[in-house]
Amino acid sequence: MEHQFDAVIIGAGLAGLRAAIEIGADAGVAVISKVFATRSHSGAAQGGIGAALANEEDDNWEWHMFDTVKGSDYLGDQDAIETMAKDAPRTIYELEHLGVPFNRTGEGKIAQRAFGGHTSNFGKAAVKRACFAADRTGRVILDTLWEQSLQRDIKFFDEFHVLSLIMDNGRCCGVIAYELATGDLHTFRSKAVLLATGGAGKIYKTTSNAFASTGDGMALAYRAGAPMEDMEFVQFHPTGIYKLGILISEAARGEGGILRNSEGERFMERYAPVIKDLAPRDMVSRCILEEIRAGKGIGGKDYVHLDMTHLGEDVINTKLAEITGFARTYAGVDATKEPIPVQPTCHYMMGGIAADVDGRVILDSNGTPFEGLYAAGECACVSVHGANRLGCNSLLDTLVFGRRSGQEILSFVQTAEMPEASPGVARKAAARISDLMRGEGQESIGSIMGQMQEIMMEKVSVFRTAAGLTEALGKIRELQDRYRNISLRDKGSCFNRDLLDALELGHMLDLAEVIAMGALYREESRGAHFREDFPARNDDKFLRHTMIRHTDDAPQIFEKNVTITRFQPQERKY
Amino acid sequence: MKCTFIIYRFDPAVDKESRYQEYSVDAEPTDKILDCLNKIRWEQDPTLAYRFSCAHGICGSDALVINSRVELACQKLVRDFKTGNNFVIEPLPFFKVIKDLIVDLEPFFEKHRSVQPFLINDQKPPDKERFQESKTQESFEPALRCILCASCTSSCPITRTNPDYAGPAALLRAFRYIFDSRDSATDERLEKINDDDGIWGCKSLWWCTDVCPKGIPITKCLGQIKRVIKKKEKAAG
Repeated sequence: MEHQFDAVIIGAGLAGLRAAIEIGADAGVAVISKVFATRSHSGAAQGGIGAALANEEDDNWEWHMFDTVKGSDYLGDQDAIETMAKDAPRTIYELEHLGVPFNRTGEGKIAQRAFGGHTSNFGKAAVKRACFAADRTGRVILDTLWEQSLQRDIKFFDEFHVLSLIMDNGRCCGVIAYELATGDLHTFRSKAVLLATGGAGKIYKTTSNAFASTGDGMALAYRAGAPMEDMEFVQFHPTGIYKLGILISEAARGEGGILRNSEGERFMERYAPVIKDLAPRDMVSRCILEEIRAGKGIGGKDYVHLDMTHLGEDVINTKLAEITGFARTYAGVDATKEPIPVQPTCHYMMGGIAADVDGRVILDSNGTPFEGLYAAGECACVSVHGANRLGCNSLLDTLVFGRRSGQEILSFVQTAEMPEASPGVARKAAARISDLMRGEGQESIGSIMGQMQEIMMEKVSVFRTAAGLTEALGKIRELQDRYRNISLRDKGSCFNRDLLDALELGHMLDLAEVIAMGALYREESRGAHFREDFPARNDDKFLRHTMIRHTDDAPQIFEKNVTITRFQPQERKY
Repeated sequence: MKCTFIIYRFDPAVDKESRYQEYSVDAEPTDKILDCLNKIRWEQDPTLAYRFSCAHGICGSDALVINSRVELACQKLVRDFKTGNNFVIEPLPFFKVIKDLIVDLEPFFEKHRSVQPFLINDQKPPDKERFQESKTQESFEPALRCILCASCTSSCPITRTNPDYAGPAALLRAFRYIFDSRDSATDERLEKINDDDGIWGCKSLWWCTDVCPKGIPITKCLGQIKRVIKKKEKAAG
């Protein structure tokens, strides 16, 4: 089936919906998502969204910018970070006007709370900067934007999986998508395509991410020739529920929760004397693992305790209700009376499709735009998070850059010509599906997926070494070879999950290779990337973005300069 | 530990009628029911179809009938059931089955859209936020927990007998905006649902509240809407 829209957006989370609302005001736009819009993983964001509103304490955007730069371990591009921090208050007011039900202060203003790495006065003390709706902030924003989009001329294609970008002479001209309910292929011709497909946490064994977080948009762009930027920076959130990886929001510590080792010690006091448990995520995750290595995990096992028992039932029940429910349901723990067992869990990709502050995907270190292709949200690397993202900056990123991408696309489609149809692309996609369906290889999707997740967790997570990364890279490439011999056991055309698994696995194997390559290349420790064989940061050699481009031979690595404006790199202490 | 899963199957391409298929799964007491379904799909039968995504009760994808009661498959663990490790899994009632455990939720979202689920306020907003008392925000807070999983609407006996009834989830969304002080369309909203396909379709049977996986006191919220309407009618004489 053929469709034609000015713009096509892949992904119906916050970045995609915010862009759709912008474009839908004046042009035809389709949102294609492999899950129904409100099932998108943005809805799982719990703790808050950062903006220097100064509703509770003195604050300003420059402090927010500084914290984000320092949190990024100076790898974030400061022009982009400035754009985001300055635009944050406007973003919050806009959400409030659209109906987002933020918690309120006694005076009726939007309430704010503390979050990791957010400080006043350039690092002097923790500051309340996170705007929130209990611990379901992402969920209520997602609901609000989706409901807003129902009022506009936005066409949703729910439960459609994008197979490939349509390319013509270096220009992106639309996408080919597979309808899960029928098995039909759809060709979407469009002047612009926005990738807003979120993260890829499912590459790792333990993750807070949804099953849907398989990096589809990143892999589509990568295969179409767009470079991936800083993919070695993978955030492990310090507090996932032990063994399950389900997220316990940083808001738990923002509201006063404390991490304790087997001796009951508040160990973060030793590592970050000023802001203690509210140190940034990369540090806290490493500290937890250091404690475990020192034999101070609870009962000798690989977890520590998150203690919220002193917060009182009122705070827990009104501001942290969801996570208290998760602890009860999945860990059998009553968080008002007992500590929650936690360990780091793969949470967020700082890296992604290289893009500029207006969502344009770029092709090289000079910022040459990839015509017709845009990216926003977690799948993009703008780069505002650098080597480590601060809590509360991801929702902000999706909304600020979702809107900016939408504005840029709207102005582009008003003058751009609609590309010609190219039937060859649809035929190629159909051939790929039928090849997969007919394949008689001996390899099982589940086994390859499991081995990828294991090796990435073991060798490419918080602590890394050249030996471990080399081993992982070898293993990933072996799995890529084996992937060519998979066979599908479901040959049907109605909700064929086997096929979806196969396509997603192909995407993840591509990205796993890029992550491991970037991690091996970067012989220093910065933010979330910690090399035990190179434990120091090396600004001389590596204060640069790692770019990896797909070629017909091996992936090619090159570098891009970091933009430094206001804040020169300093040692990062908290 | 061995568990038996008897699962509703229907593939429109081959089955004339629905059937049940039995699987044996080796599960831990702490495994989610969703984990067990995944094991069946990965290890035994890749053709089994069901929806899932976040796997911790926030995306709302995987509401199913588990041992005769609507539950989220990712929010119930094997140990939560006292049925001797035997499980019967069926799709949500009321909605049309597309394949196996996947139902067509379009009628559910259509009802949702019918209540104008968005803030209506024609006044130009201030430069900063509108003020709102915490007390007001708390009054509609329970409705914010809704994840649109359709457990309530599919369990409601009224929905099953009157397909035109808006159903608890849509009415809960109406409640959310009726009690939000920033919304200026309260009268219009109340008028729209002031009949037997709307709020008076609710006979306070509490099934919705009973099955809600997010613990929302839906019946109570709907009762508050009824009280507001009655009060207004009384005031108008």
